[in-house]
Order: sequence, then structure tokens, then C-alpha cells
Amino acid sequence: MALLDVNDLGVSFATADGTVNAVNGVSFALERGQTLGIVGESGSGKSQIAFAIMGLLAKNGRARGSVKFDGTQILGATKPALNALRANHIAMVFQDPMTALNPYMRVSDQMAEVLVHHKGMSKTDAIAASAQMLDAVKIPGARQRIRLYPHEFSGGMRQRIMIAMALLCKPDLLIADEPTTALDVTVQAQIMQLLAELQREFGMATMLITHDLGVIAGFCREVIVLYGGRVMEQAPVDDLFAAPSHPYTRGLLAAIPRLESTGGALRAIAGSPPNMTKAQVGCPFAPRCDMVLPACASTMPDLLPFAPARARACNRRLEDMA
Amino acid sequence: MTALLDVRDLQVSFTLRRAGAMPWQKPAVLHAVNGVSFSVKAGETLGIVGESGCGKSTLARAIIQLVPATGQAVWKGKTDLLALTPSQMQPLRSQIQMVFQDPLASLNPRMTVGRIIAEPLKTHHPHLPSAEVRARVQLMMDRVGLLPNQINRYPHEFSGGQCQRIGIARALICEPKLLICDEPVSALDVSIQAQVINLLSDLQRDLGLAMIFIAHDLSVVKHISDRVMVLYLGRMMEAASKDDLFAAPAHPYTQALLSSVPIPDPARARAKQAIPLLGDLPSPMAPPSGCVFRTRCPKATDICAAHRPEAKLGTHQTACHFA
Repeated sequence: MALLDVNDLGVSFATADGTVNAVNGVSFALERGQTLGIVGESGSGKSQIAFAIMGLLAKNGRARGSVKFDGTQILGATKPALNALRANHIAMVFQDPMTALNPYMRVSDQMAEVLVHHKGMSKTDAIAASAQMLDAVKIPGARQRIRLYPHEFSGGMRQRIMIAMALLCKPDLLIADEPTTALDVTVQAQIMQLLAELQREFGMATMLITHDLGVIAGFCREVIVLYGGRVMEQAPVDDLFAAPSHPYTRGLLAAIPRLESTGGALRAIAGSPPNMTKAQVGCPFAPRCDMVLPACASTMPDLLPFAPARARACNRRLEDMA
Repeated sequence: MTALLDVRDLQVSFTLRRAGAMPWQKPAVLHAVNGVSFSVKAGETLGIVGESGCGKSTLARAIIQLVPATGQAVWKGKTDLLALTPSQMQPLRSQIQMVFQDPLASLNPRMTVGRIIAEPLKTHHPHLPSAEVRARVQLMMDRVGLLPNQINRYPHEFSGGQCQRIGIARALICEPKLLICDEPVSALDVSIQAQVINLLSDLQRDLGLAMIFIAHDLSVVKHISDRVMVLYLGRMMEAASKDDLFAAPAHPYTQALLSSVPIPDPARARAKQAIPLLGDLPSPMAPPSGCVFRTRCPKATDICAAHRPEAKLGTHQTACHFA
């Protein structure tokens, strides 16, 4: 049985401009110890999937479908049930460590809170365990610096604190939502290496949400590509980069500026991202697709498997992608 | 040929009052840009890269007097921009224009696109007939890929990439000689980023623009620049032609930056060896003695703490004792 089984997940928001369907019919499964990357541009719904799993959707948000964790339905679970699950079994690292940490609490207090609440530890023990975890994420002088406030740390150190806090209860699943987007490139390299080490050490399943295919390439084994709230393609990471089976993935890979290229014009994807307040008919990528068929405007193709661990949602035949 | 813009020993410092300091205590001084020199020739693109806090945006703002600076910024071999009064600077502003990082925040939400793009033209050429202004705005909108029927819309009706096109149109309407782009694509998605980079390169080629392109992303800079300057904590680390810098980076910081860029290729990304750079950026309030990079440098020795390395003059400048 998969650790996390997401089936036909949909997320919609009631806004003044009408209903926004941020996520539509997303299904995937995550095994224990597996690393899954979810890649998409802004507005693709990638963060909302994480929020839906964690029960953290905004008040006007509504999730449909099914999310099973270890066989138990957790979508729409009660608050106490979710609280028992969070931190203990599923933990999350957010994009912006400054807003995710409480600025009024010492790091020691906010970290210890997790262990006191979930593991029933005494405060002293909890702080000692927290300091150990800060050691594990390589914060120098953890024992002393745990008494400091979040603003006394740099951005990279704050993200380490976030990661340490998420790992305190040794969760089975770690969801990292753009964990390095707010960081400089040299610090990003440190954090991604740390995450990879911790993932191997603790063996937790990890879901990495990012817009950066470069980050995905170095960290994940499986990748899901989202566009306009729908899964365009799902593949093992090597296959995705070597032989993308969807025009969007192919366009995305071609649009990345690369260090090894000699310059010259980039191959951009024409057009703009879809307006999510409009009701969707057909494939959301159709207006920007360079291989569009007449059927794409009216029919959203199903996500169909075509090879082991690979699936695509495209009206074009696979042969046309070659 | 004289350079279009020749910047010598540019210094920008901010005085900050420390929290809890007494009124008679001396305020702390933060040197955001410290003795940076470079020049830009007509039609050339200079890329400026560095991590947050390296002073790259401050440098751009200093050139057009958005922050006070000392040193020299000689325009076309005659005028020192930094010595001008605001009224003397005003006529030159039409020749040096800027594109900002946050496309939506840099557009007035209460002005239509047409008025936003026309504003610099009306400011610098107040006697231009309004039909002519409108014609030029429409031409420019077409040039940057905006549709004619969008002229009466407001910025919030546009996506980030389109807003950046509006910002570029506004910057180019007065036909400037130098365009300063401060992280113009870092707020955009990859697919849109490529559109804007291509647009900027096309415009530059067609209009013969010189460009200062500021970014933190080395791969973006590589695509658009002729020469590249690397900054760290307000100081220049390395400056060279694009080909030299990327083929043979001489400064340990440049090398580290290059090896930190995530590689969009799974096999090579996994094969990549260990951490390129340890630690965090030191506080710019108390930069390290000698070479500012020495606290994170794998090659640092005693000499780095004692003496600040000067960049040797030439086409490939490197401020390092070991280069």
C-alpha cells in the first residue's frame, strides 16, 4: 500500500470573481522513502495540492476527491485527527522561513513546542532534542544559538531551522514547498544537499514542490508536471529530462537558460499562463501549445499510462512527440 | 572609442542608527557599494551578478542618482552624472532608463497602460502633439508585443510577463542610449522569462542600446551579456568578457557561484560533487578585513585577512591574491 494515495484531487476557491478551480483531477501515489517532485509555474496549483493534503487550505477553499495516508482518508478529516497526523507523520517546510517562524518566540520555544505537544516530552528534554536536531541540520553552535530569535539568523539558517523543526518527530512524509526559492544560489545548493542527506538518513518520503527543474533534477526520482491545475505528465526523473512526452514539458525544458549553452535566443513558450477564474474547457495548455489539435480546445485528455511509471495527458499521439 | 558610461570608484554608503543606540552615538555606516569601477560601451550589455546584499541594485540606482553616491560616472566622456544637480540631470534621464524587478509594483495601478507608456514622452517632450504621442505609444506597444486594444487597460489586468513588457515599453519610449535592467526576469516564470529575455535581446540589437543587466541567475546573464561583472559584499570580485568568465572563471567566488547553479540534467546533477561554498554572507555592517570573501573562500590564507587584493587592469580583472 502506498504511503500517500491522492486520487482525483480537486481544489477550488470561491472568490469575488467567481470560482477558481486551482487543482483539477490530480492523482498520484507516493511510496515510503520515495522522492517525488511536483513542478509547475505560478498558478499551476502545486502549492494548493500540498495545502489540501495538510488540511491548510484558505477559508474559501474547498477540496474534493480523496487523499489517503497509510490507508486512512485524511481529506476533510477533523481538526484533532489532522493535528495527530501533522508533525508526527506528515511535516511541511514552507517557502519563506521568516514568515513561517514565529518572530516573537525563541527558536528553542517554538521547536520544543512541537515535541511537548506531540510526544509529551518535558520542556527541558524537548529543548535538548531540538538542539540535537539543529546540530543535524548543521547549524554551528546549536546549543547556544537555540536561545536566539528567528530574526537573529540568516535566511539560509532560518530554512535549516524550519527543516529541523519539520523533522523533530521523524515524519514519514516531508512536504517541502519551494524550500529554496527565497534563498541565494550558493545557499540553495547547501540546503538541497542537506535535504538530500537527511532524506537518505531518515528515509522519509519527500514531496518537493518547485518551479525549478534544475532543483528537481538533482533531488527527485519521480516527477509530476502540472499546468493550469492539471497533471500534464508523470515520469521518472531521467525519462522526463531525456524524453519528455508532453509538449509543455518539452517547451519548459527548452526555455530554461543553461550555463553550458553558447547563448543565442531562448526557445520561449508563447502566450500567457491561463486565467484560472475562467471555466476550463479542454486542455489548459492548448492556447500556448505548438502541437495543438482542434480537439484540444474542447477535450481535456485523460492522464493515461504508456510505459512503466509513465503517464501523459495529451491528445497528440506519443509518436508525434519524437 | 570612448565609453558610453565610465564609472570610476563608485561608493555608496548608508548611515544606519542601531536599535537602542543613544542619540550621541555615532551611527553605523554600511558600505553597500565600495570602490566599483566599470565601463559600458554603446550597444554593449554588461551583466552584473551577485547574491542578495552584494550591492548590485544599489549600484544601478546610484548611476541615475536614485541614491546618493561618490566617485565618478562619466557619461559619453564629458559629463559626470554624480556631480549633476537634479535639474541638470533631468534632461539626461531620457537617455538612461530603467526597468525594475517587480513588474506590477513599478507600474502605477491607477494609470492606463497608454498613459504609463506615454508619461516619459510627455515629460521630456512636452510640446509633442497628442496624436504623435499616441502614435508613438502604439508603435512601442506593438514593438514589445502588446496588443493595440490593450491601451486603455490597467496594470492589474495583465500577467507578470505582460507587465514587464509595459515596463520595457515605458523605458524605451524616449529612445534611451542606456537601459538599466534591475532583475527584470527574476519575478517571472521560466516560460515567460525566456520571452522577456528574447525581447530584450531583440530590442537591444535593433535599437543599438547599451544595457546594464542585473541578475542573480548566472545562466540568464550568460544568455544576454557581452561582459560580466561579479560583485560580492559591495566589491568587484571579477570582471571579464562573457566567454572568458564562463569558460575560465578565475575568482574562487565566481567558481563557487557557477558550481552552485542547479543543473537541469538528472545524471549530471547527481554526479555533481559536494558543496561548493560553506557558510552565509557576512553582515555588510561588519565586512571581513582584507578580502571580503575570505570567510567563505576555500583558498583563503593569512594574506587574505591582511591585504585586500586589487584587481589588475586588463580585459579579465580578478580581485584575488591567487588568481
